Amino acid sequence: MQNNHHIWQILESVHDPEIPVLSVVDLGVVRSITQGESSVEIQITPTYSGCPAMDTIALDIKLAMEQAGYPSVKVNLVLQPAWTTDWLSEAGKQKLLAYGIAPPVEPLNSTKALFGAEPIVSCPQCGSQQTTMLSRFGSTACKALYRCEECLEPFDYFKCLR
Amino acid sequence: MFVANPYPAEVNTALSDFLLRMADTSLVLGHRLSEWCGHGPILEQDIALSNLALDLIGQARNWYQLAAVQLGQGQSEDDLAYLRDADQYRNVLLVELPNGDFGQTVLRQFFFDAFHYHFLKALTDSGDENVANIAVKSLKEASYHLKWSSEWVIRLGDGTEESHHRMEKALHELWEFTGELTTPNATDHLLCIMGLTPDLGLIRPLWEQEVQNVLAEATLDVPKRSWMQKGGKNGVHTEHLGYLLAEMQFLQRAYPNCEW
Repeated sequence: MQNNHHIWQILESVHDPEIPVLSVVDLGVVRSITQGESSVEIQITPTYSGCPAMDTIALDIKLAMEQAGYPSVKVNLVLQPAWTTDWLSEAGKQKLLAYGIAPPVEPLNSTKALFGAEPIVSCPQCGSQQTTMLSRFGSTACKALYRCEECLEPFDYFKCLR
Repeated sequence: MFVANPYPAEVNTALSDFLLRMADTSLVLGHRLSEWCGHGPILEQDIALSNLALDLIGQARNWYQLAAVQLGQGQSEDDLAYLRDADQYRNVLLVELPNGDFGQTVLRQFFFDAFHYHFLKALTDSGDENVANIAVKSLKEASYHLKWSSEWVIRLGDGTEESHHRMEKALHELWEFTGELTTPNATDHLLCIMGLTPDLGLIRPLWEQEVQNVLAEATLDVPKRSWMQKGGKNGVHTEHLGYLLAEMQFLQRAYPNCEW
């Protein structure tokens, strides 16, 4: 079985059209790669059911693979195991932060969350923890809209999906 | 994306009917929510309503794709969504009703989310793996929807005199359409016996509890009337669905198989 290392590298170059800093590998949507003699099958799983980017991602993966010399590539969508923000790589979270999007905060590690309150999200611009959620639904399905009370900048929060 | 599991004809017919119900309900509600796009009371909620629509339409696509495979007549998800008439649609009546004002839209959404959340949670144990997988996926989004709609029902119900009055009016408009959510028909009975869908009798108290809690906090009284409308699950619809489908299906009807 050829190792899939080369293919994983190609996939590192395919980015989420909505969040260009994240590759599909960072996002954790690539489930499996199976190599036949002359064909490759890549299984990806959608982040959100209605996310329009998934069709583009499937197409971009095919294009990237063909350009890298893999003529027959089949990309299919699988629902199971369902994507959660746990699949985001650490590198992906850092890239989000650097890009100005607050990465998902695990609800477990904040005491406030024990009483059902929203976890504390720090501002990606100034790092303050004095932030407020303006709306649970932001510019895309995966993001909520927050505002920092210190630097008064609005920012997107990549909301935790469990 | 799906490979159909084999069932005896009668069960397969019931399962396909159920899948179409889930798909039609999500699509019709998604369409109603999308009508708010550009008309929301404030920008954040305009985006929130469109986000709800996006999730629901995405879920509808999954249900349609599985329904197409289960029906096994070579139809695509688009054929099922765009080329069936009102009497072939199986959505519950609650979702086809017009939006009314923001309060009515939010209350309708809450009544639906309170059902959708608990039903999907139970559906994750379905005997059919495809159904369970879609339920697991949709449940994650449904929980966000329920949080949003309950917060708004409380905010408006326990808000100003005007918002309270509008919520009371909405409550009287919508109440008789809520029973159908948890009223089983022949399809539900058969699928429940087969272990493919949950017993709606067990979902109803969960729905009632959720509604009582939120309406109490919203200082709204649960109506005493118990007579409930039904029919949508069997293709008998209100006068509203035809107009909705005429608008939603227009392009595929006028220019069959068009792509843009």
